Amino acid sequence: MSTVVTVDVAVVGAGPAGLAAAVAATETGARVAVVDAGNQPGGQFWRHAPETGNPGTADVQPHGHHGWSTYLDLRARFDAARSAGRITYLPGLQVWMAQHSGDAFVLRTTAAVASSGATPATVAADRLVLCPGGYDRQLPIPGWDLPGVMAAGGIQAFIKANGVLPGKRFVIAGTGPFLLPVAAGIAEAGGKVLAVLESSSPSAWLPHLRAAAGVPGKALEGMAYAAVFARHRIPYRTRNIVTEILGTDRAEGVRTARVDAAGRVRPGTARTYADVDVVGFGWGFTPQLELPVSLGVETRLDADGSLVGIVDERQQSSVPGLYLAGEVTGVGGATLAVLEGLAAGAAAARPESDVPVKQPAAIARHRRFAQAMHHAHPVPAAWQDWLSPDTTVCRCEEVTAGEITEARDQLGARDIRSLKSFTRAGMGWCQGRVCGFASACLSAGPGQMPDAGSLASSAKRPLAAPVGIGELAAQDG
Amino acid sequence: MTHGSDVLVIGAGVIGAATAYFAARQGLSVTVLDKGLPASGTSSACEGNILVSDKELGPELELTRYSLGVWHHDLEEHKKLWEFDSKGGIIVASRESSLASLHRVMAVQKSYGVDVEELDQSALRDAEPHISPEALGGASYREDCQVQPMLVAAHLVRLATEAGARFIADCPVSGFLGSGPDGGRVTGVRTPRGDFPAGAVVNCTGTWAGELAAMAGVEVPVLPRRGFVIVTEPLPAMIRHKVYAAEYIDNVGSSDAGLQASPVVEGTPAGSILIGSSRERVGFDRTVSTAALGLLARNATALFPFLKDVKAIRHYHGFRPYCPDHLPVIGHDDRAPGLWHAAGHEGAGIGLSAGTGKLLAQALAGLTPDMDLSPFAPARFSAPGKHTPVHREEATA
Amino acid sequence: MNTQPVTISFDGRPLAAAAGQSVGAALASQGITAWRSTRKGGKPRGLFCGIGVCFDCLVTVDGEPNQRACLVEACDGMEVEGS
Ligand SMILES: Cc1cc2nc3c(=O)[nH]c(=O)nc-3n(C[C@H](O)[C@H](O)[C@H](O)COP(=O)(O)OP(=O)(O)OC[C@H]3O[C@@H](n4cnc5c(N)ncnc54)[C@H](O)[C@@H]3O)c2cc1C
Ligand SMILES: Cc1cc2nc3c(=O)[nH]c(=O)nc-3n(C[C@H](O)[C@H](O)[C@H](O)COP(=O)(O)OP(=O)(O)OC[C@H]3O[C@@H](n4cnc5c(N)ncnc54)[C@H](O)[C@@H]3O)c2cc1C
Ligand code: FES
Repeated sequence: MSTVVTVDVAVVGAGPAGLAAAVAATETGARVAVVDAGNQPGGQFWRHAPETGNPGTADVQPHGHHGWSTYLDLRARFDAARSAGRITYLPGLQVWMAQHSGDAFVLRTTAAVASSGATPATVAADRLVLCPGGYDRQLPIPGWDLPGVMAAGGIQAFIKANGVLPGKRFVIAGTGPFLLPVAAGIAEAGGKVLAVLESSSPSAWLPHLRAAAGVPGKALEGMAYAAVFARHRIPYRTRNIVTEILGTDRAEGVRTARVDAAGRVRPGTARTYADVDVVGFGWGFTPQLELPVSLGVETRLDADGSLVGIVDERQQSSVPGLYLAGEVTGVGGATLAVLEGLAAGAAAARPESDVPVKQPAAIARHRRFAQAMHHAHPVPAAWQDWLSPDTTVCRCEEVTAGEITEARDQLGARDIRSLKSFTRAGMGWCQGRVCGFASACLSAGPGQMPDAGSLASSAKRPLAAPVGIGELAAQDG
Repeated sequence: MTHGSDVLVIGAGVIGAATAYFAARQGLSVTVLDKGLPASGTSSACEGNILVSDKELGPELELTRYSLGVWHHDLEEHKKLWEFDSKGGIIVASRESSLASLHRVMAVQKSYGVDVEELDQSALRDAEPHISPEALGGASYREDCQVQPMLVAAHLVRLATEAGARFIADCPVSGFLGSGPDGGRVTGVRTPRGDFPAGAVVNCTGTWAGELAAMAGVEVPVLPRRGFVIVTEPLPAMIRHKVYAAEYIDNVGSSDAGLQASPVVEGTPAGSILIGSSRERVGFDRTVSTAALGLLARNATALFPFLKDVKAIRHYHGFRPYCPDHLPVIGHDDRAPGLWHAAGHEGAGIGLSAGTGKLLAQALAGLTPDMDLSPFAPARFSAPGKHTPVHREEATA
Repeated sequence: MNTQPVTISFDGRPLAAAAGQSVGAALASQGITAWRSTRKGGKPRGLFCGIGVCFDCLVTVDGEPNQRACLVEACDGMEVEGS
C-alpha cells in the first residue's frame, strides 16, 4: 500500500478553484491535502512555464494572463501554508478513484507521468472538495483527426507552458469568447492567425446584455482583445464555420462556410484557406465529471448543454461533506472558479458553521454572465449535418459517423451506453472524454442535444485515470 | 391492444433475444418488451466466453455442447455480426495439486467427448509465449470460443424483427394478465403502455426473473452474483487464447458468499485485454470494490507477469443471475399455465443463449425439443426438499 | 522563461529542446507533427488536446510505452520513440 495522508479536507485540482479552496480551508483552520495532476499549481488558466530553476514565480508570467495578481496572492498564501506544514501538496498525481467509505473520503492516486518520480499516495479526508476543471468541448469535423488540428485551449496551454508555438499559420474556430484570448495569445507569441471563425453572431448577446453588463471586468478583457486583433489584423468572422480540414498526412488548409442561426451551411459561401498548419477548435468546455459522478453527486444540464454537479450556496453537493467548485458546477471562467473555491474551502473546513459565504452577490453575478454567454454561444443545432459518413467521431477507436448512425438506426442504440457497447465509440484510451458529447448528440438523433441521463452515463468512468495493473495488485481493501 | 401475439418475450438480453429470434423463425408471432434497450442488463456487463471447459458434467455440459452446435450451425451466417472467434481456451495449473485435479477433470471430460488436449510446460509456452515461468502445465480446449455479447443481443433482436417479431423498448412489465393468487392462466402482460395479450409469456429477465415470477405468484429463486472485470489499454496481441487458472473451476460452482477470483485473461479484437472476473454474493451492491480489483490484478499478473506494467483504463461489473442449484430455469411453469421461463444462466448465459432460445422455441411451437428440458424445469423449486443444492464436484458457471 | 537547452533523441535522431518543455512541444516546435499511427487505420497522430486528456500524443519515453508527450517534460538524454 502507498503512504496514507490523513487530513481534514482533501482538494482535487490546483487550478483557480482548487488553489482558492485549499487556501480558504487552511485559513479557516483545517489541515489540507491538495492532489493535482500538474507539476505546479495553476490548473488550465494559470498554466505557466516550469518553475524549476526559476527563483520566483512572478517572472514566469507569459502572455495573456488575466488575473495573474490573484494567482500570485493565492500562491503566496498557499506556499506559506505549505511551509507551515498545514497544506500537503501532492503534485504530478492523478486521482484514479475516489471512494466514500464510512464517513471518510479516500483518494487513490497514480503518477500522471511515469518518469516524473511522483510517488503515489492515498489520501483520507473527512471532507472533499473536487475542483477538477474541464477540457475543450469538441465536435467532429471532416478531417479533424489530421495532425495539426488541436483543441483551442490546448494551443493556448501549449504556448503558456512551453513559450513556443505549435505551428506558424493558424485558423481558430468554434464558438465562445474564449476563442479571442487563444487567437490573441498566438498573435502575441508571433504566430499568424488567418481567421477566427465564430459560429454564433454578436446579436445573439442582445437578449442577455443586462446579465453581461453586471461583470465589467469581462468587457475590459474583451476590449483588450479587440486591440490585439486590430494590431495583428486578425479577421473575426461570425456565423462562419470550418466545414473541412484539408490535407493528407497533416492539416494543410481549411474549407469554411457561412451558416445561419441554427448552424445550417449557406450554399455558395464556401471559401478555402490554404497554407494553414494549425487549426484550433473550441466549442465551449466539458466539465470533468467522473469523480463527482462516481461518488453519487446529483447532476443537471447547464445552459451550455454540459452536465454539471448541483451545489447549494456553500458549494456542497448532494453528498454530505463533498463540495464542488470551478468548472464542475458550470463553466464560468477563472474569476468565478476562484470565488467558488473560496466558498467551498471555507465551508469544508467548518461545515457546521453558519458563517455566510463570502461574496455571494459576486458569485451570482458571474453565474448570470456565464449563462448569458452560454445562450449567446450555443453548439449549433445543425452541427450533425456537417458530418460525412466517413468522418471519424471517436478518435481512439476510430469509429465513424456512419457506423454510429447505423448502430442507432439499425440496432436501436438510442443512448450513449448502447452506442458504446455496439460501436466501441468512447471505449478507448480517453474513455469518451473527447467524443462523449458528440456521440451523445448522435445517439439522440439528428438535431438533438443529449439529456442529462445520457451525459451522466458517458461521464461514468470507474477509473478516472489509467492505472497500472501492478498498482491495482497492491490494493487490498 | 386487442390482437395478441403467440409469444410475448419479456427482456431483451441475450436470452430473450435468442428466444425471440428462434420463436420468430419457427413461424410464431412474437413481441419482445424490455424496460430499457436491448442488452441493458447483465448481457452488457459480462464477457463473451462460450466455454465448454468449465462445465459441470451432466445437463449443463449437455446444454453447452448443444448450444455450441447452434452457434456453429444455425447462426453460422451471422457470425461476423457478433465477432465470433473460435480462439480456444487454455487452463493453466501453477501448483502440483491443481495440475493433478486438472488431469482428473480432463480424463472425465474426454470420456464425455470433450475436445481437450494436455499441454506440457513447453507446449504451454508455445501456445502462450508470455505465460508465467511458474506455470506447470495446462489443458487446451479447442471448442471454447467467444462473441461480443451486446452485439449478439442487439442483432438477434434486429434479426427477429426482420423475421416478423415486434420489439418495444422502454416498456417495463408491471404485472400479468389472467394470473391471480389462485393461479389462473397467464394470458399476457401489463405495462404502462398498455396490456399485451399473448398465447405464451416468456420470462427472460435475468436477475429480475424472481421478481417477475412473483408477480405471477410463483417462486423462481434467481439471485445476483457480482463480478468485476478489468479492461486494459489496447496492446498488440500478447495473449492468444482465453487463459484461465485451474483454480477457476473450483470457484464457478462454489456457493461461498465471500470474494473469489480466479483470473480469466484474454485479448479482444480491439486490443484491450480483459481480466475477469470476481465472484461474490453481495446482492445488488454497485459500490466499487478495490479489494476485488486488487485480487483480480494479483491473480492476472501471476498468470501473465508482463501485465503488471500494463495500464487498466476501465473496469465494470455485472450481476450473474444464478439459482441455488446453479442450473438455469428453462421451460413451461406448470404452476402458472401460460408462463414460461428462461433465466438464471449465471456465468454462462452468453454461451447458453443460442441453445436455450432454440430449445424453448421448439417447445413453444409444440414440438419436442432436441434436448430434454426437464432438468431445468421451473417447478423444481416448488416441492420442499427438492430445493437443496445438489452436491457438485466440479461446477457450473 | 527557462530556456536552458537540452538534447533528447527522437527515433534515434538528436533533437534540441528547452529544459522543462514538454516532449510534445519539443517535437512540434521542430515541425514534427505526428509520431504515432493508429491501430485500425494506420493514421498519423500527434498533439490534440494539449493537456493530457485525449491520449492522441502517446510516445515511448526511455522504454516506457504510452506516455503522453504533452505532459512529459523533456530532459537531457531522454530517448523518445514514436509508434
Ligand atoms: C486548455 C485550457 C485552457 C484554458 N485557458 C483559459 C484562458 O486562457 N482563459 C480563460 O478564461 N479560461 C481558460 N480556460 C477555461 C478554464 O478551465 C477556467 O476558466 C478555469 O481554469 C477553471 O478553473 P478550475 O479550477 O475549475 O479548473 P482547472 O483550471 O482546469 O484546474 C483543474 C485542475 O485539476 C486537475 N485535475 C483534474 N482531474 C484530476 C484528477 N483526477 N486527479 C488529479 N488532478 C486532477 C487538473 O490537472 C487541473 O490542474 C481554459 C481551459 C482549458 C481546458
Ligand atoms: C462479470 C461477468 C462475466 C460474465 N462472463 C460470461 C461469459 O464469459 N460467458 C457467458 O456465457 N456468460 C457470462 N456471464 C453471464 C452472462 O452475462 C449472463 O448469464 C447473461 O447475460 C444473462 O442474460 P439474460 O438475458 O438472462 O439477462 P439480462 O442480460 O440481464 O437481460 C434481462 C433483461 O430483462 C429486462 N427486464 C428486467 N425486468 C423487466 C421488466 N419488468 N419488464 C421488461 N423488461 C425487463 C432488463 O432490462 C434486461 O434487458 C458473465 C456475467 C458477469 C456478471
Ligand atoms: S495531446 Fe491530448 S493527451 Fe497529449
